[in-house]
Amino acid sequence: MSAEVKPKPADRSPGQWFDVRGRRVGLWAYVVMRLSAAGLVLYLFLHLGILSQLAQGPAAWDGFVAIAKSPVILVLDVVLIVGMLAHGLNGLRLTLIGLGIGIPRHKTMLWVFLALTVLLSALSALAIFAETK
Amino acid sequence: MKLNLKIYRYKPGSEPHYDTFAVEVPEEANVLDAIERAWDDHDRTIMFRHACHHASCGSCGLRVNDVEKLPCVTPVSDYGDGATLKIDPMRNFPVITDLAVDATPIYQRMQLIGMPIIRQAETIRSDGQMILPDGIERFGRFENCLECGLCLSACPVMTTDPHFLGPMTLAAAERVLQEPRGADTERIYQLIDDEHGLWRCHSSFECTEACPYEVDPGAAIMRLKRKVFVHKVKKLFGMA
Repeated sequence: MSAEVKPKPADRSPGQWFDVRGRRVGLWAYVVMRLSAAGLVLYLFLHLGILSQLAQGPAAWDGFVAIAKSPVILVLDVVLIVGMLAHGLNGLRLTLIGLGIGIPRHKTMLWVFLALTVLLSALSALAIFAETK
Repeated sequence: MKLNLKIYRYKPGSEPHYDTFAVEVPEEANVLDAIERAWDDHDRTIMFRHACHHASCGSCGLRVNDVEKLPCVTPVSDYGDGATLKIDPMRNFPVITDLAVDATPIYQRMQLIGMPIIRQAETIRSDGQMILPDGIERFGRFENCLECGLCLSACPVMTTDPHFLGPMTLAAAERVLQEPRGADTERIYQLIDDEHGLWRCHSSFECTEACPYEVDPGAAIMRLKRKVFVHKVKKLFGMA
């Protein structure tokens, strides 16, 4: 007599996407791509919510400007720029290698685009906070 | 060298857990030797696959400290004396018991492509050098693929799409399309241009990092994306 042995199914929870233990830089880029995409979608709804205040007429304008200039929103603006640059530039890298351009240098491209993200984000943050002084 | 092996244990009907075994192996030993030492000295119910001990059968793939490895060619000296090595089965495969996974998905996928490539014998000159076909280096040596499944374990897309063809299969498809040798290429194009095919790859290149034989499936998939794109455009204009 033989008994059937049922294997334990593989863990297929989406949380596995974010398990970076033992992974290399490519998975970090993969995780950043997903988090920045979710963040950008959330920001879009937040943005539309705040903009909808203007539908109340000119009287709502001052309140809108006050919210837009609040430190929390300014910090969120910087986070938005970081997210846009990280997602956009990595997306450009993925498009290029997907078209067969620069495949052997995909890691170098990642580091260059990461450096660009940091540099442009820092410049943007300086510009945003300098303007509010 | 003294090591602690923290080995994943699972027997059908029981909860998975880790058992730790203290082993002593020579400095030149590989991780597989250490696992065998644990089996030999401590617990003969530890189940793991192995055969050739020199990276040609591809059956012993697992994870050492969460990184996909062939333990038969992974030196224990990489981890240092006194290290604790966490040994887990490959990801994305059903676990039969302990470190032994159900490898059926590997072979099912390769069957779909119609591999393997059967290489013809290369002519050997009188000086012992082989006469290789022009441009052979461009082919990236897919023939080196052991079908060990480490790339399927490392791939993050495999986690959420069990039907994804996976890096090994797509790299094999790219190889067949490079040199069809009478294969039905249209069938291959249809197979890979699918929701569970080529376009599922998100280019994390974890497969390339995991591959013990530098087959570089990630690069093969990128070349394949371009090839399929060009093929579709040609078909659109009736040129293919």
